[in-house]
Amino acid sequence: MTETIRPPVAEETGSATPRGRLQLIRWSDFSLVPVILVLMVIGFIVSPVFLTSSNLISVVQQSSELSLLVLGQALILICGRMDLSLESTIGIAPVIAMWLVLPSEGGRFAGLDLLPVWMAIPACLLVGVAIGAINGFLMLKLRVNGFIATLGMLTMLRGLHIGITEGKSITDVPESFRYLGKTDWLGAPAAVWICLALFAIGGAALAWLRHGRSLYAIGGNPEAARAAGIRVDRVTWIVLAVGGLLAAFAGILYTGHYGSVAATQGNGWIFQVFAAAVIGGISLKGGRGTLFGALTGVLTLQLVVNVMTLGGVPALWNQFLNGAIIIVALVISRFASGEKQD
Amino acid sequence: MDSKRQETPAAVHAEGIVKRFGPTVALDGVRLTVRPGESHALVGRNGAGKSTLVSVITGLHRPDAGRVSFGGEPAPAFGDTTAWQSKVACVYQKSMVVPDLTVAENLFLNHYGLDRSGAGPGGRFISWRGLRRRAQDLLAEYGVDVDPNARAKDLPVEQRQFVEIARALSFGARLIILDEPTAQLDARGIQRLFDKLRELRDQGVAFLFISHHLQEVYELCTAVTVYRDARHVLTAPVAELSKEDLVSAMTGESAGTAVAWHAARGSAPDAGAEPVLEVEGLALDGEFDPLDLAVRPGEVLGLAGSAASGNTALGETLVGMRAPTAGRIAVRGRPVKPGSVPHALDAGIGYIPEDRHRQGLVLDRSVAENATLTVTDQLGPWGTVLPSRTREFAKGMIESLDIKTQGPEQPVSGLSGGNQQKVVVARALARGPSALVALRPTAGVDVKSKDSLLGVVRRVADEGSAAVIISDELDDLRVCDRVLALFHGRVVASFESGWTDRELVAAMEGVGERE
Repeated sequence: MTETIRPPVAEETGSATPRGRLQLIRWSDFSLVPVILVLMVIGFIVSPVFLTSSNLISVVQQSSELSLLVLGQALILICGRMDLSLESTIGIAPVIAMWLVLPSEGGRFAGLDLLPVWMAIPACLLVGVAIGAINGFLMLKLRVNGFIATLGMLTMLRGLHIGITEGKSITDVPESFRYLGKTDWLGAPAAVWICLALFAIGGAALAWLRHGRSLYAIGGNPEAARAAGIRVDRVTWIVLAVGGLLAAFAGILYTGHYGSVAATQGNGWIFQVFAAAVIGGISLKGGRGTLFGALTGVLTLQLVVNVMTLGGVPALWNQFLNGAIIIVALVISRFASGEKQD
Repeated sequence: MDSKRQETPAAVHAEGIVKRFGPTVALDGVRLTVRPGESHALVGRNGAGKSTLVSVITGLHRPDAGRVSFGGEPAPAFGDTTAWQSKVACVYQKSMVVPDLTVAENLFLNHYGLDRSGAGPGGRFISWRGLRRRAQDLLAEYGVDVDPNARAKDLPVEQRQFVEIARALSFGARLIILDEPTAQLDARGIQRLFDKLRELRDQGVAFLFISHHLQEVYELCTAVTVYRDARHVLTAPVAELSKEDLVSAMTGESAGTAVAWHAARGSAPDAGAEPVLEVEGLALDGEFDPLDLAVRPGEVLGLAGSAASGNTALGETLVGMRAPTAGRIAVRGRPVKPGSVPHALDAGIGYIPEDRHRQGLVLDRSVAENATLTVTDQLGPWGTVLPSRTREFAKGMIESLDIKTQGPEQPVSGLSGGNQQKVVVARALARGPSALVALRPTAGVDVKSKDSLLGVVRRVADEGSAAVIISDELDDLRVCDRVLALFHGRVVASFESGWTDRELVAAMEGVGERE
């Protein structure tokens, strides 16, 4: 009964046949590509403005910050963990960095003037890493529940953000932030190129680096990974820190792009982040999914929003439609990929 | 309750049962009859069809052909769970009680005596006091001495089984199926369980007893049915069947045939050779006392012992999954940092874990990925893992271990148990270990895979490495040149190859020690 009779498939000789290569690509990762194409056709029908380069660039520009959070969250989810605090990190990291570098008088926002201005970006990234590391400490050393720990972290950091800024927006954004948020490289915003590069690096690491590959083993079965000699806690900790780093970087791009940090920066994003990741085929239980899938998840959500805006949907109905779309997209991606989401 | 059922012909009668799963025939026209008040053993090797038959006579699977009847009446309609529950119940190896609820609540789970017909105490709301009282009555009726207020998780294993049996009897079932009930019990627990079963048998309850331990079959059962390769082989009173005949009925070959992997008698490796794996004063509090081991090249050492003997913990300590409280481990004279799997791997210790689902495999990932999990540092330069080399490596493993798979890219979840286990072995062999530590390596695999898995262990040793097998399965231990029996964390006996089943089993059960 345990022995299932299954005629072994005639094994092709020669190790790197095209078929062998093709099997590496899982078609379920592409399940959202047709959805994106359909959305573009709908967008074109709804409004001729849709297919103009300026509109499409603005879609990808708006996707860039969200996609960085999704990238971080995807890595963490593949590891079998989750980090809700990313949505607060995107706000608090730039705030702390600016607090440290801005002069203590003269501006609308009084900083501490502790660090030179060029330190703004490194300081911001460090804050992100530190938040991820603290989350890691809570989850891996103290072994508290990761969901609630990061939920607490989310709330606490949001409060810290409001406390430091006294609930006001900061508009004295350092030049280095502005540069990254506003510059165009080769006709598209720098942020977009950077995002694509980071996704490519992340995807390559997951595919070809031993430590990248180990994320799947850790998320799929941590005990088996440990028995195979993978340093499960260390790798998970690093991934959490990288997640914080990416969120902080997203904060830099977002702040630079809009030229200010609002007290609500990032508020409520985490739902979009999770939705995009799951729609993109990443399992909340860990061990499954690809970064390419996650990226298509982000694009799908952003395209829908854009098409709705162009279609003149009343702003008051946006929230309702947003939720509805997440559910519909979830159902579509579940059946397009043929895999149960869990 | 009522003893008039005793006159009815058979507690369960199954005839001509056929069950197919896709191309696999799991049951091929088998039959089974259990009389009231009888303990009937159902034995057979893995894959013989025992568990499928249990599913069929408990109403979990619908047979493709054949009839089942209980006490002369045809079986309930497929899917009518309540009706099936009133006929038959199965106590599985895995406990089916809710660990955090009390015994009383477990007994009346989901009906709570809120009687549909109004015959019971009835009422709309759960009466906790009444529930406890009725639980007490029920337990007393079957002579089960368990506090109804205790949490199920706090009970010893055999008492949990009593609770499950009492629950089944309260539904009116007069046939209880016990699936490997002694697997997690120590000798005394087994004794208590058997006493209880004999008691209930005298009340007219019939038992179908599924076990790999033939000794227990002889101890408890009155009749035995043997299945082999999905077919019925024989049914006979236990008293009229010698152990040799029973074994040959199970295997289809005359017992005692030496298999290639059996350790040859007197083949003890050169005692002068430098030991590959050396352990000094290794101890883990609460699991095993300080002990010394030395395994020489070409030697397979067996560490025999039941679940409570501490041999599993010893194995996990050897490979770094657990940190010992004292002692040191050395491979080829080089000390190994304790409690660290990466260091153990580097030192050349290969690990075949006990439970492949828990520690062995990442089920969603491919055969290639699982087989190369321990060698990701050798599959490309600068920490990269090149897919082509991974595939190449996996193909070599698939070939040398004869893993039946559609290819290296197939997820391991799609493989049969025996082939999954081979992937776990591939992972352990990938680094070319100088010392292989295998915990119950053939648990839940069929006879053929078992032969080939144990053959692999023998081969590894014959190539000059050391191997340690930790198991309570006698077949696993037959491959060993030397067997140490553990009981309650201490080595109680040592055997050269050529031991008899009786003396080893006695040592594992601590019998030798007490007398």
